[in-house]
Amino acid sequence: MGNGTSIGRVRGLGSAKTGPHHWLVQRFTAIGNLLLVLWLAVSILLLPDLTYASVSEWLATPVPATAMALLVVSTFWHARLGLQVVVEDYVHEHANKFACIAALNLAAFAGAAFGVFCVVRLALGAHA
Amino acid sequence: MANAGTKNRPLSPHLQIWRWGPHMFVSIMHRVTGNGLAFAGLGVLLWWLGALASGPAAYATFAWAMTTPIGYIVLVGISWAFFTHMMSGLRHFVLDIGAGFELKTNRTWSILSPVLGVVLTVAFWAILLLR
Repeated sequence: MGNGTSIGRVRGLGSAKTGPHHWLVQRFTAIGNLLLVLWLAVSILLLPDLTYASVSEWLATPVPATAMALLVVSTFWHARLGLQVVVEDYVHEHANKFACIAALNLAAFAGAAFGVFCVVRLALGAHA
Repeated sequence: MANAGTKNRPLSPHLQIWRWGPHMFVSIMHRVTGNGLAFAGLGVLLWWLGALASGPAAYATFAWAMTTPIGYIVLVGISWAFFTHMMSGLRHFVLDIGAGFELKTNRTWSILSPVLGVVLTVAFWAILLLR
């Protein structure tokens, strides 16, 4: 086992066991996005129109509200994982990379929380 | 960290050395559309949900913005990015199980996925606007 290169230092040690987690969750959330965004696209086409009255009435019912909340969580999670890989590919300086991923985490959680809150507020009768 | 050993190591050949093929285009577009969806797509989604939760006045502002020419470009762009990302994502699922790596098959689906993305976008807007 060599010690000159990073691959040489780790060769023969076996897997770290947690390596595929990011990759797998990217796939799991992709399946969620596939189902939920297609549901949203079909729902938009099936709504009589896209006025405030039609959309808010529809989104306040239990199944659409649940699906939309799940859609927000699944898409933001997937985007957070995908953008992490983009940051890791293009931001090489350690401090900048750390700052980017920290900002990404804040933005992803804030965005998802805002989206879910809006759905809940509408579903629990903000304007009923 | 022993950085001395990792600096100035030979790099694997990058973009410019390879002959261009559709599989490179579909891979790059997967990243481009994914970034577009993350920023523009989720941004518009949150604006839509926020406007719905805020009330008719906020929704009127959103509806006005989205029916301007720029608004339509943004919405068509988001829908195209979604369907394109969905098709290249489905291609990734097939590649993930170890299928579709034969040269001809790989080439065929690399060309078909972005084309199907455009077809689905056109179909979506045709149904939405012509119903």
